[in-house]
Amino acid sequence: MTQVRKKLSRDEMAQKVARDIPEGAYVNLGIGVPTLVANHIGSDKEIILHSENGVIGMGPAPAAGMEDPDLINAGKQYVTLLPGGAFFHHADSFAMMRGGHLDYCVLGAFQVSEKGDLANWHTGAPDAIPAVGGAMDLALGAKKVFVMMDHLTKQGESKIVKACSYPLTGQACVNRIYTDLAMIDVTSDGLVVREIYTDLDFDALVELTGVPMKNGTAA
Amino acid sequence: MINKIVSSLTEAVADIRDGATVMIGGFGTAGMPSELIDALIDHGARDLTIINNNAGNGETGLAALLKARRVRKIVCSFPRQADSHHFDALYRAGDIELELVPQGNLAERIRAAGAGIGGFFTPTGYGTLLAEGKETREINGRQYVFETPLHADFALIKALAGDRWGNLVYRKTARNFGPIMAMAAKTAIAQVERIVDLGELDPEAIVTPGIFVQRVVAIGAAAKKEAA
Repeated sequence: MTQVRKKLSRDEMAQKVARDIPEGAYVNLGIGVPTLVANHIGSDKEIILHSENGVIGMGPAPAAGMEDPDLINAGKQYVTLLPGGAFFHHADSFAMMRGGHLDYCVLGAFQVSEKGDLANWHTGAPDAIPAVGGAMDLALGAKKVFVMMDHLTKQGESKIVKACSYPLTGQACVNRIYTDLAMIDVTSDGLVVREIYTDLDFDALVELTGVPMKNGTAA
Repeated sequence: MINKIVSSLTEAVADIRDGATVMIGGFGTAGMPSELIDALIDHGARDLTIINNNAGNGETGLAALLKARRVRKIVCSFPRQADSHHFDALYRAGDIELELVPQGNLAERIRAAGAGIGGFFTPTGYGTLLAEGKETREINGRQYVFETPLHADFALIKALAGDRWGNLVYRKTARNFGPIMAMAAKTAIAQVERIVDLGELDPEAIVTPGIFVQRVVAIGAAAKKEAA
């Protein structure tokens, strides 16, 4: 099997995502790993963060001792509010997503299919307690849906697949995949590799991934 | 004179009967009306259907209600949390029914009930396990799933301040489900940290107008002041 010697850390992946989110965007970073993107946006860009529990204009974590139990994000972590930020109830919060007002959301994933189907809420294991939260709404609710995930499972299987074996979160909803090995667009013309971050060449990356991809790298 | 202020938590929940459907506000513990839930536990109603985003955290609030085995069914979006062990145990033992609803559908179904909407088509969940068996329709080239409103007999919510007409303001992200649950329940009961005089809340800033609220009860220091 192909040996991967070089790959991005989660923070390096978050940097790539942050780089590609433009000034002025309204963005939801889901929960878990995608929330790292916030740390890499930088002060040169004004980007407005939304969290589905009812806040927009969310700021960074508070200093120790300044936590407010009434000011949390969707991951139930303490956050702050920036000047200009606002609070609203849940139906309004999801109207921001489903009404097409949110520009980007960044989600984690178990699997993404070559058609952009997303599986990220349920492993389908018989003993698992199912929980979906806002994943299905977010997957369909932003103008652009970015996924951030490892390219391979711990067992070395590709998480980019022909068809998802896990229960779906949404059909044909993913626009772009950032992995620790590459950045890949989901297009009407199939998967297109835009950037490669590992020491593998394009052909080796396709072999490792196991689904057809086009070479769209600038080089 | 209209006066929706009730003098005790016990009185506020006294008519919640066995088998009632009760919405409980909060996202995790932010906005959870823990004092009203404690009063509901003391009151003793059982066989309840609970509508909440989660399935309890730790040992207090909704988790305590679950632990007391008063809940027959829970309608929620995200029951799987590290500290939801009381729900986990009931679920794995088959002692509680779970209706899992995507969070935005949960919110919109509650809102629809409060607004008198008979149902709506939503793209969320189309083609997934959570839409199996539901009516679907293509509208302008996009696929939608038909969802129905979620009504309740009672809503227990937490707000920052309220007045005797039932007008409410909330605090930060503790607002979450409060406003829509107040609309969707036949009897909405709000616990507040502060009861203010009529006219004291800025009418431009009232989030839940009193028409949606039937009872207001003060907790903590405010309750002591009211009782005095």
